[in-house]
Amino acid sequence: MTDSSPLISLRSVSRTYRTDGIAVTAVRNVSFDIAQGEIVAVMGPSGSGKSTLMNMIGLLDLPSEGAVHLEGANVAELTEDRRSSLRARSIGFVFQSYNLLARHNAIENVALPLVYCGVARKARLARAEACLQSVGMLHRAHHFPRQLSGGEQQRVAIARALIASPLIVLADEPTGALDSRTGAEILALFAALNRTGQTIVMITHDPGIATQCRRTIRLHDGELVSDERVAELLPRRSAVS
Amino acid sequence: MTMLQGFQIALHALRLNPLRSFLTMLGIVIGVASIVTVFAIGSGAQLRLQEQIRSIGANVLMITPGAVYQGGVRLKDGSKLTMTEGDVQAILEQIPEIQAAAGSLAGTAQVIHEGKNWNTTINGTTTGHFMVRDWQLASGRYFSGAEESGAGKVVILGSTVARELFAAGDDPIGAQIRIMKVPLEVVGVLDRKGPAQDDVAFVPLSTAKLRFLGSASNINRDSVAYIIAKVAADGQMAGARAEIEGLLRQRHRIPAGQEDDFKVQDPAAAMEAQQGAIRTVALLLVAIASVSLLVGGISIMNVMIVSVTERTREIGIRRALGGRMRDIRLQFLCEALVLCLLGGAIGVAGGITLSMTVARMAGWVTSIDSEAIGLALAFSIVTGLIFGFYPAHKASRLSPIEALKTE
Repeated sequence: MTDSSPLISLRSVSRTYRTDGIAVTAVRNVSFDIAQGEIVAVMGPSGSGKSTLMNMIGLLDLPSEGAVHLEGANVAELTEDRRSSLRARSIGFVFQSYNLLARHNAIENVALPLVYCGVARKARLARAEACLQSVGMLHRAHHFPRQLSGGEQQRVAIARALIASPLIVLADEPTGALDSRTGAEILALFAALNRTGQTIVMITHDPGIATQCRRTIRLHDGELVSDERVAELLPRRSAVS
Repeated sequence: MTMLQGFQIALHALRLNPLRSFLTMLGIVIGVASIVTVFAIGSGAQLRLQEQIRSIGANVLMITPGAVYQGGVRLKDGSKLTMTEGDVQAILEQIPEIQAAAGSLAGTAQVIHEGKNWNTTINGTTTGHFMVRDWQLASGRYFSGAEESGAGKVVILGSTVARELFAAGDDPIGAQIRIMKVPLEVVGVLDRKGPAQDDVAFVPLSTAKLRFLGSASNINRDSVAYIIAKVAADGQMAGARAEIEGLLRQRHRIPAGQEDDFKVQDPAAAMEAQQGAIRTVALLLVAIASVSLLVGGISIMNVMIVSVTERTREIGIRRALGGRMRDIRLQFLCEALVLCLLGGAIGVAGGITLSMTVARMAGWVTSIDSEAIGLALAFSIVTGLIFGFYPAHKASRLSPIEALKTE
């Protein structure tokens, strides 16, 4: 990946939903690029279109107008199956509510994306073990989500997002359901991942989190209002109000 | 995702809710068990009939006494022995299609050999009887001409009688047995022909008349109770039958317009008709059992639809993590298939147990054939595919974004 071709590029992207005959535009004419290795915060109040934007970057949704390119390919031109396969291999999702499968234990949850990459069970579990190790959760590998705390579940979810070595990790309010200390630990984990070169896009409405990212994209009413970069990562704040 | 992974996921999901899974497949279990049982009983009954048809022999006509009038009173069939040895002779000599024929008189009596005795059918007949029925000897010989004409004190035993009277190592040939105080020499033992056929002892017709049945009031010197006749070829059955009827009417001097005093029957054809009836009843029962499979299928669809609704979020997560629509469809289709296959397997086991129980308790012959088991399993797979498809399709069509929003 060279700097000249961005990992993700959005060009004049709009997304309009039509419910009961009323057209609602959730994202309006947004353009930006994300390069390999960046850590980006997407900020805005609720209803500003953050989640819609994340769904489009995560190939779960397509723009009504404009184009989303992943590694130079227009995702709208791919088949549904191809987009699914790309989700399995290239995108790692981290959700606010963790979204672990309640009926599977931690290691099975982490290995899940590899099922859709056609990896055999033994290899899946070996890689899941390594990923759990990297987030410090190996000792909980055979626990079920209900037996884990919120912070532990989110670590498992991060391990799951990382297992297929994705191009990009998309995190939607990853600390939203956690207390501030646990939240800070999760953020530290993301920062550490980013230092290894992992591209991360984090959606948040918390300015404290945004300050820890080198780049912040702000949305308001579906429109991009600012796209700021800081040269250096600010010193981490221990408590976020 | 491969089929195997689909089955692994399905098994995992079904294990989490064993009671619900079992109740869901109960309809299939009952349906498949009924089909297997009905098939086993039906084909058992057919086997028994086939054995009876075989035991009678191919292309055999049976002539029995019909209704007779005595002073304007119509007596029931067989109340008077209307056939004679002369009739047997005439049939043999005058009808070219007839290869062999024999008249018989029969009754039951106690047969005694040393310390053992056995109650069986005593059939007085001629060697022609064995020719008509293609009945071979296991050992010994048939009756000689002198024995047939001179009321020889000889007997040919059916295999059941031989087994009951003689110990396993003993050779019955040449042994003396007694029937109604008359000592008889065993000259032959017959091949096995079927449980119902082998329980019999044959003596020459003249012996039966003179020594056992002669005192019965309705027997005149020449009478026989029934005649069996073998027709040379399959296609000649109808013609031979008509000729026998014509010949006997003439011999019995029955005027035109009056009823025959005899009946000519084709026992194999009658049994084949019976076999057809059994097949029809069995098919009807299978059709009824299939309704239970249908109900079972609907129950599976119902539970699968509920399950898809319950697991909407799981579907959303799987889609977000890279599950394609067809992976989701495969996953739920596999669940329905596993339910049906498992239900089918339990049903087959239950059906086999049930038909074996029926066989033991009711004494029916049952026969479990792999064809019926295969058919029942195929039915359950088809049921799984048909009734699992809609819920699976519904699951695969869920929007991942919407699915992730559900609680």
